[in-house]
Amino acid sequence: MIQQFYPLLVAIPLGTAFLVLLFPQSLTRVVEGIVIISKVILLLIIIALIGHAPFSYFVGKWVPPIGITLVSDYISTLLLLVINSVGILSLLYSFEYMEMYTSKIRFYALFMLMVAGMNGVVITGDMFNLFVFLEIATISSYALVGFGCESEELEASFKYMILGSVSSTFILLGIAIIYSTFGTLNMADLANLISVGGKNKSILFAEVLFIMGFGLKGAMVPFHAWLPDAHPSAPAPISAMLSGVLIKACGIYAIIRVSYHVIGMTPLIHLILMSLGVLSMVVGVLLAVGQWDFKRLLAYHSISQMGYVMVGIGLGTPLGILGGLFHLMNHAFFKSLLFLCSGAIEYSTGTRNLKEMGGLFKRMPVTSTTCSIASLSISGIPPFNGFWSKLIIIIALVQREFYALAAITVCVSFLTLVSFIKVQRYSIFGDLPEKMKRAKEIPILMRTTLVILAILCIVTGVLYPFFGNTVLEMARDAIMDQQKYIHLVLR
Amino acid sequence: MTIYLMCLFLFAMGLYCLVAKRHLIKKIIGVAILDYAVNLFLVLIGYKEGGVPPILFKDMSQQVLSRQSVDPLPQALVLTSIVIGLGVLIMMVSIALRLYEKYKTFDTSEISRLKG
Repeated sequence: MIQQFYPLLVAIPLGTAFLVLLFPQSLTRVVEGIVIISKVILLLIIIALIGHAPFSYFVGKWVPPIGITLVSDYISTLLLLVINSVGILSLLYSFEYMEMYTSKIRFYALFMLMVAGMNGVVITGDMFNLFVFLEIATISSYALVGFGCESEELEASFKYMILGSVSSTFILLGIAIIYSTFGTLNMADLANLISVGGKNKSILFAEVLFIMGFGLKGAMVPFHAWLPDAHPSAPAPISAMLSGVLIKACGIYAIIRVSYHVIGMTPLIHLILMSLGVLSMVVGVLLAVGQWDFKRLLAYHSISQMGYVMVGIGLGTPLGILGGLFHLMNHAFFKSLLFLCSGAIEYSTGTRNLKEMGGLFKRMPVTSTTCSIASLSISGIPPFNGFWSKLIIIIALVQREFYALAAITVCVSFLTLVSFIKVQRYSIFGDLPEKMKRAKEIPILMRTTLVILAILCIVTGVLYPFFGNTVLEMARDAIMDQQKYIHLVLR
Repeated sequence: MTIYLMCLFLFAMGLYCLVAKRHLIKKIIGVAILDYAVNLFLVLIGYKEGGVPPILFKDMSQQVLSRQSVDPLPQALVLTSIVIGLGVLIMMVSIALRLYEKYKTFDTSEISRLKG
């Protein structure tokens, strides 16, 4: 029954994006209503999909490998849940926050386009379709990063755009090479042909191109150079979406799908992914500790936490992949909460510089509490969610006898704690400077969003036994089982 | 074989132009050359020596067409890719124009306020 509604996950936000552009500036409230209703419908469809048996949907009733298939397995459902929950909360936050910017209607159109693109990336079962949806998501994010049109935002957007175009070109080249070797673009068909036919040298070339392309989208070191400029310059709800969701859906998920299902994992690819992960972890946190711009510090921490996820995913053991997926979900929640808090602080005080802030606890209690909860989560303090996922990754590393990597992971976690203690001391505790004495608490809608995300941070950690099996462990089993994916589509 | 090598040489030239030039518009031209190179590569994949265009005439049978014609799928992929490249190019040029208004220069070594 729900299977018939599957393409609506892309069609509804796409239609909303174009419908919204027809409205004049005076009807912004109506537009906000339309956008929220469409997001709620998306969430309802996704909630109906949780725990649903995997299925594949043939677009236009064209059977694979000729037609495009949309595949729902547990990993898609997990990503959809993460994308749309963070999406609806960022959207609610942006109703008040975007009053600082000029054209809210165009913002909502671009936002819904980005959501449509990301939903498309995680549900599609065809390589070129993945590329098209990836482009939809990232091109709208280029425009959203430079939304404020100040000089620094435009510079960041241009840099992001150039690097993003190069990575998309590499991905397209990889798709071209795979197509020329195998003659099909359907992911399940390719998986079948590659697992039966044995390794061709061109597959390794295509795999490397994919890791370069998707690694740039997912902010792996050494492809991370765009992120510290782009994420701070974007408006706060877009920073939350970019850092919380886009680098996962377009980067990590695409690498998982291509490496585990289409091309098949070899020890070499495990080594490459784990090396990228460890490099990202270490470089990200070392560069983050010295930052004084709040959002730039958070952006560097995104690189570091994506390294955690990649180490877990690259490890390949069931516990490692579970840790990676769990950390992916947790990071979406606490990182978007952190970015929304930084936006709230900027909304009230007008600055992002940590040296100019202080003592905001008395003036902005809700923001401060939720910011503290998110900082404790990202540092890995029990009982918040970051602790559990980092623990699983470290235990998985020790199980495989990578003792040095486990030690590095613990050190990186400690450095994360150090930088967030710095953030807390300078922004929330400490003395209130003169000009901040009149800072007000943020409006009620923004506050509600922060509180919901903070509750999610606590709940996903503590109540893991309730949802862990349906959402996370089934996704982990789906990743490790390539044959099940092939049978799902090709019968 | 040589034509594939020349296509990848075009790719390398586009990448060089993107990396080595400091002028914003020259970087955009580099991205455009990259796009052309990859589109050309895609079209070349579908090419067959002595192939006919993939159009079914009245007196042709389907087997003859499928044996003799070039592969039409890469042509469809290239159409999509050209349109995506067009969209990105338009956005890049418009942002470059706005950047000129803000920074009064096209030189990327001076458009670097975001550091560290």
